[in-house]
Amino acid sequence: MDTNPLSPDILWHLGPVPISRPVVTTWGIMALLTLVCWLAFRRPDRPGGALRTALEIVVETIATQVHDIIRRDPWPFLPLLGTLFLFLVAANLSVIVPGLHPPTGHLETPAVLAVIVFLSAHYFGVRARGAGDYLRHYVQPSPLLLPLNILSELTRTFSLMIRLFGNIMSHEFVVAIVAFLAGLLLPIPFMLLGILIGLIQAYIFTVLAAVFIGAAVGSVETA
Amino acid sequence: MELSLQAISIIGAAVAVSFGAIGPALGEGRAIAAAMDAIARQPESAGPLSRTLFVGLAMIETMAIYCLVIALLLLYANPFVS
Repeated sequence: MDTNPLSPDILWHLGPVPISRPVVTTWGIMALLTLVCWLAFRRPDRPGGALRTALEIVVETIATQVHDIIRRDPWPFLPLLGTLFLFLVAANLSVIVPGLHPPTGHLETPAVLAVIVFLSAHYFGVRARGAGDYLRHYVQPSPLLLPLNILSELTRTFSLMIRLFGNIMSHEFVVAIVAFLAGLLLPIPFMLLGILIGLIQAYIFTVLAAVFIGAAVGSVETA
Repeated sequence: MELSLQAISIIGAAVAVSFGAIGPALGEGRAIAAAMDAIARQPESAGPLSRTLFVGLAMIETMAIYCLVIALLLLYANPFVS
């Protein structure tokens, strides 16, 4: 229990750049997802097999969910949101592979994902409404609310990051503490709970990203 | 008994997590009870309701996680303990 969750654990140095364990796990997950997608879609002209059909069901489901949230054509947003969801599911579920630590349990990966969501919300907002109209919604009810609007943009990005990090990291801690106290079989229910937590957090992160992008695009009023 | 800065930090972390969990726990209980009530009245609206419920729970849960972050900062990255 002497591991610090806030400091990165460095595996090796690539020249001057330190390579940490979450980075290695992230690249492994990216390679795995790319491999699965390449295997499923390498011949797009022919009718696909079981793997491709399963992936198409997943993509269609994500598209329907995003359409229910944003209430407009979901396909411009799906490359970002779908990739985010699939990566988060893979990253959060990597806790059940022995020897792997989920990269979302360290502060860097959720921070980068939250910054991506923050920037892409502005990008989609400016592209959908134009820069002037988009900037005007910051002073929308009254110009007095401008600092509060900017503050809410920053805090919701921060809480997006902290929510994912806190849930995954605290689950890892709980499993470690229970294994330390009680030994072999008792951590198994907590590990099952960890699968549920990982899936729910991936879902919540994606839904909140969709809500933020929808608010920036201007189709949903909640933020 | 003489309390060192480390001991006070540990007590502070425990207090932050324990008391910070009370409010979000009550709030989440109320939210889930209301959602259950609504689903029992209108089972066909379970899909949108549960999606909104998850987003709302995430918002409520953020408060508890802020307390967790404060506790972690006190335990691992305390600026007053060298």
